[in-house]
This record gives sequence, structure tokens and C-alpha cells, in this order.
Amino acid sequence: MEHLTHDILVVGGGAAGLRAGIAAVERSPKLSVAIVSKVYPMRSHTVSAEGGMAAVTREYDSLDSHAYDTIKGSDFLADQDSVEYFVKQAPHEAVQLEHWGCPFSRDPDGRISVRAFGGMSVKRTLFATDKIGFHLLHTLFQTSLKYDRIHRYDEWFVTSLLTNANRVEGVTAIDIRTGELFTILAKAVIIATGGCGRVFQFTTNGWIKTGDGMALAYRAGVPLKDMEMVQYHPTLLPNTGILITEAARGEGGYLINKDGERFMKRYVPGKMELGPRDIISRSELTEIKEGRGFEGRYGSYVELDLRHLGEKKIEEKLPFVKELAEKYVGIDPAHDPIPVRPGQHYQMGGVHTNIEGFTGLGGLYAAGEAACVSMNGANRLGSNSLTECLVYGAVAGETVADYVAKQPTPSFGNPVQGLAMTEETRIYDGLLKHENGERTSTIRIDMQKGMEEHVGIFRDENSLREGCRIIEDLKKRMTNSTVDDKDRVFNTDLVSALELDFMLDCAEAITYSARARTESRGAHSRIDYPKRDDTSFLKHTLAYRNPNGPRMEYLPVTITRWKPEERVY
Amino acid sequence: METDTATIRVARYRPEKSEKPYFQEYKVPYRKDTVVLDALNQVKAEQDGTLAYRWSCRMGVCGSCGANVNGVPKLTCATFLHEFKGKSLTIEPLANFPVIKDLVVNIDDFMEKLLKVKPWIIRDKQSPPEEGEYKQSGKELDRYAQFSSCINCLLCYAACPIYGLNEDFLGPAATALAYRYIADSRDQGKKARFPIVHDLEGVWECTLIGECSVVCPKGVDPMLAIQKTKILGAMEAPKTMLSPETLKAILPRGGE
Repeated sequence: MEHLTHDILVVGGGAAGLRAGIAAVERSPKLSVAIVSKVYPMRSHTVSAEGGMAAVTREYDSLDSHAYDTIKGSDFLADQDSVEYFVKQAPHEAVQLEHWGCPFSRDPDGRISVRAFGGMSVKRTLFATDKIGFHLLHTLFQTSLKYDRIHRYDEWFVTSLLTNANRVEGVTAIDIRTGELFTILAKAVIIATGGCGRVFQFTTNGWIKTGDGMALAYRAGVPLKDMEMVQYHPTLLPNTGILITEAARGEGGYLINKDGERFMKRYVPGKMELGPRDIISRSELTEIKEGRGFEGRYGSYVELDLRHLGEKKIEEKLPFVKELAEKYVGIDPAHDPIPVRPGQHYQMGGVHTNIEGFTGLGGLYAAGEAACVSMNGANRLGSNSLTECLVYGAVAGETVADYVAKQPTPSFGNPVQGLAMTEETRIYDGLLKHENGERTSTIRIDMQKGMEEHVGIFRDENSLREGCRIIEDLKKRMTNSTVDDKDRVFNTDLVSALELDFMLDCAEAITYSARARTESRGAHSRIDYPKRDDTSFLKHTLAYRNPNGPRMEYLPVTITRWKPEERVY
Repeated sequence: METDTATIRVARYRPEKSEKPYFQEYKVPYRKDTVVLDALNQVKAEQDGTLAYRWSCRMGVCGSCGANVNGVPKLTCATFLHEFKGKSLTIEPLANFPVIKDLVVNIDDFMEKLLKVKPWIIRDKQSPPEEGEYKQSGKELDRYAQFSSCINCLLCYAACPIYGLNEDFLGPAATALAYRYIADSRDQGKKARFPIVHDLEGVWECTLIGECSVVCPKGVDPMLAIQKTKILGAMEAPKTMLSPETLKAILPRGGE
């Protein structure tokens, strides 16, 4: 097997991965940095973020206010040191992105415009119409092109981490175009592969969000933290799961039930439609359960009403919402309300890291949605995640640049070489050649249905027990799965099977962690344990991979200045 | 909403099986809101896992799912089956690109062209972020905003007859992105980019057929970018034509 060598290897080419890569070469220009991504970086799911990115940039605002909003939004599960660092670095990263060319929307005085967002007590969300993710991603990607020490492996799929004596020494990766497996050695690996939304049936996430990096770390012995904390966004199009941005409410949109009521008055009268996402998603389901939803071909829904904003404002501030509503629902939001219902959007949990992105396994770091640096706790506030990718992507890149300066270059000997050969056998002799097993698509569909039904917005012991049983059963079925495509060249069937295998690990960690947390906090809502329980659960869940279901450990929450209090809006 | 059945004809190319491309027909269920990508996904999940194509966001912004649908470059996630009711429906890889497998094309050429136009902010002096953002008025933003909306889906290259004849032509998206930076008030890289866009294979190759602007799914008008770049070039001609960079770009290659 051929092998390649770099100083630093970044897995993932979205916001966090690109920011980490740029930070590393800016810190130490002589380093060789590889960005390995299963898609061309500009296809990364960062592209779909719409509403904006939060940072304190105005006189009326303060870092403490941003920190407190984030911590309260997290239902006090966020590590406060991580939040404090985040809010402090956020303005720097926002301006840096602007300097790199991001086409932010502007105020008449030429400053970057800000808008209101859920759970934020003042306007602090910077935006580029309603396509910030797209612009941020292309700005970072195009900027990364000017560094010739960043070497890209586009459309390469990482299948495993290679470890030697509690240290990562590289990865195995398939060059999808040729189907050949390579070993890429590196002194450090940064995981920046994003979330795992595709474990659910109804999600805003793109096809590529299969939790690859979470599973890679999990398999290497690193715990996944707070995986039970799954964010359900309140406004998805009911048929496709396409996201309609929270900015629609930030700009003044209403949520309406079938009686024409702005029903949020019953749940968070102080915030109305700008409450945090967990509360709004639950409120929508309560409205539906109590018979005040609309019935449609794709189930029950509520309506997002933008009509009062008028054509001009919609055109100026929310052109993508208009485009999506016209294209995929066939309505003009200036004249008709948009049908919406809640669905999976974001994973607060992820690869356990400290504030420098370090996972505890030598040389392995993580940033962005794939990571859990515990700044989002039990519920992330909208518009904090893009900024998180920049802040903690940069931290990981810089930390790793310093770390590798003192590390020897790994050599292609054992155990790494042996592990790579085993991986080659697993993929090509095991999975690819296996005949007459179950098609992977049926396993995937059953996983997504099972997670949707049993690990959704409202959970209880019975549903979660059943969820665990389903996942264990699917894992068994996976060992007898067959791919149709036996070719090497661009075998998306094979890649999908490997992705599904990763997703099953994520699904397992989510479900077991959810079952073990017998309280309700943030997005984790247990019907059988409806109250937050700070005595027993003011702590992070750590799920360690284990053959018979994960082993659970717990870690205290870091509290600096904000004592946990009842979360009332 | 009633369910109907359509027959889609998909171009297949499996280099490990056969040198020759061929067509394969699949029957797929569809409703009013079914897009071509849904049909491909139905085939992949339930009929034939060997079919290869790219996709991710399914909301018209990641730019990966382009294909020629009845000969016209389209995002398959934004093209509805019902529009073809009663007609045959043929899905082929984007024209003008080498095919890797089935609907997956090789876009190396575009990736090189993108790099070539230096798609990043060039300034004589970078200010540290601590000094705050570069101010930009709404008017200044409007000068380049539409050109920054390119999602690199490459439908414009598939539609461009010039690119079909001459793959060295810089082409619509790369020029639009070059112009996006040239027109950005924060950028000072016009001098660095001019030799590239005004190279022999640059904007002057374009004969203003305008297919690029017709097929763009994001309302970008690459032909306008090409026009504007030509005008800027003509205005700057007395200065730039004599500069060493320009001479180097215009003189026949291979002599360096």
C-alpha cells in the first residue's frame, strides 16, 4: 500500500477544517498541512447555513451578555470557560473573515449589519443576506487556495485512524476516484467532519452528514460527549426537511397555529418567536398534539408567516427563503405562510475535547460540530455554530502547529502498517466482495425510522430502550450487508456502506446516552423525568465504545461566573 | 397528491466494465414535488446501487448535483419530474467534462482555473483584525454581490459552446469570480488578475452567446462579468498592454 506523509492532517474541508488548516500554516508557514475531504470543500455542509454568525461588535453589546445568553441557552450544561473564550475570540474571527472577503450585508455607515436571533438578548448576529454559510465557506475555501503549503485531497474518504501506543500517526483513506486505499501519515490529526444528522429520517443535514469523524474518534477509544443533546430546529419544510432560517423570525416572522394564533405566547411570552430552538420545537409539537396544527400530506405542521414583512424586506433580507419556498413549496412567502415542522438540525455533542481541541489521545484534535468543546451544552443558540467553527478551528490549527514542531515524523512500520493492511482487508475482502447479504439502503432506512420514532424530541425509558434494541439489531444486520457496486472507481455504494457503519456508532452513542440521562435539560426532553436535575446531572455524559453497548462515564460541568438557575424566558 | 410513474433514461459509464457508455432505463414513482435527484436516489436505494452521481444539500446551494437533463445543464435537486410529463427524460453527465463514472464528471480543469484567478482578497497592506472591519457601502457591495453568488456547480461550462471547443478558455464561472474580486472595494489585485483574464484564452475568447447566464441556477450573469472585464481591460489598455505581466501573458507560451 502506498503511503503519504504530512505534518498535520485535517479531516474535513468545511468551516472548521479550512479555518484550522489556514491557522496552522499561518502559525508555522513551513508545515505541510493536508486537508482530506470526502467532497470538494465548497460542497461541505457549512454551505447550507443561512441566518448568520454571532459576535459582539456593537457598543450596546458586551461579551458577558453573549456569554450569559449562550450559557442560559445551553440550560447550564455549557463549560463556562469554553464559552468565555468563545465570546472573546468571536469578534476577531468575524473581522478576520470580513478581511478575507466575506460579502457581509452592510449598514448605511458601511459596518457589517446585525440581526436578532433566538435566545440572543440583543442584535448581534452578523449576516450576508440569508446565505452566510455559503459565503463563509466559499470565502474560507478561496482564501485557503493562496497557501501552497495546504495540500488538498478532494474526494478522499477517511476510513480509520491509525494509532500507535496512545498516539495517532495517521489515517487510512480511499481515493474515491480510483478506489485505491492509501495510508496518510501525520504527526497530528484534526477531526472537522461536522455532524451526524443523517442518522435521523427528518433532518436539515445534507447527505454527507454521516458522523464520520465522531465514529473515527469513538473507535480509537476517545469518548463521545453529550451525544444525547440533539438539536431539533423548529422550521423545516415538511416534505424535504429543507431548512428555513431562524433569520425569518429574527426579521419579524410569526409562528401561527391553525386558529391563526401566535402560539409562542403560551410558552415563552417574553421572547415569542425568538425563544431558543429546543423550546420552540417542543411548543410546535404541543400545539400539534393538542389539535391546533395543520394537517398535510407529510403529517402535521404549523405555519411560518412572513406576509407582514412585505415583498421588499423579504427580497432584501431573506432572498434564499423566498427562493426555497417558491421552488420547493410553490408559494410566495410575501403572500402565503410557509408550512414548517421541527426536525433534526445539529449535534451539540461530539468528540470530547478540551478548550484547545485536544481529545486526550496523543495527536488527535477536533473542532466544529464534530467536536464537543462544551460551549453549546444542552441547546445551542442559533448563529453560534459558524462562529464556533472559526474560533475553535483556529485554536485547533494553532495548537497543533505548535505541537507538531516537537514531534517526530511517524514511520510506515508496525503497528501502523499492519493496521492499514487489516483495514484494506476489511473494506475490500470483507465489505466489497461480500455477496448475498442485505442491501445497505434497507439498514439505513430502518436506522433513520428507528431514531425518528424512538429518539426524537420527546423521549422516555420505553422509547429509548426500544431505540437501543433497534440499533444493536441493525449493527448485527450490518455485518451481513452487501453492496451492489463491485467496482473500484467512484464507488459511492461502498462509501455509503462505510458511512452507514459510522452512523450506527453515532446512533448508538446518542441513544444510550439519552437513556442514561434521566432528567430533562435543554434539547433532551424526557417525559418520564420532566425536570432538570442539577443534583444528579449537572455533568457531561462520556460514551466510550464497547462491544456490548457503550460504557458511560461522567464529567463535571465547568462553572466560572454564572450559577445555574431556572431557565425562564 | 397523486403518484405517477416515469421512465428515466440514465447515461451509464463504468470504465471497469466497458469502454463504451450506454443508456439504462429505470421506472420511478413521482409526485408533483419529486425532483430528478429524488428519482436517482430512489433508483440507488431500491433498484440499482451501482449508479454513481454526486449530491449533498438537496437545496440548490452545494453545487454538486449538476447533470444534463434532456440536453440542458440543470441542478438535479431543483428540476422537477412533472415538468417532463408525457416526454422522455434523459439524464446525462454535464457536457464538456471528461466522465469518471456514470454522472460523475472530472472537474480538475475548473479547480485549476479557479486557483489561477487568485480568488482571494489581495491588498498591498493587510490591516490586523483589531483595527476593525473594512467599511463597505451598499453600493460597493452591489457591484460584486451577484458574482459572489456562484456555487461552482459548473452548469455554465456545460452550456458554453466556446469551452466545448477550447478547454483552455477560462470560462464563465472562473471569470465571474475573478471579476467578483476585481469589483470588490476591499481588493487591490486588479493588476495581478488582469494578465490572467485578458490572456488569449481569457475573456476575449467569449463571443457573447450568453448560454452561461441562461443556465445559471443562482441568477449570476457570467456574461455580464465577462463584458465588464472586457470594458475594464479596454479602459486600462494603454497602461496594462505595455506592462511586463501582460506581455508575458500575451506572448506565445513555451519560450520561458
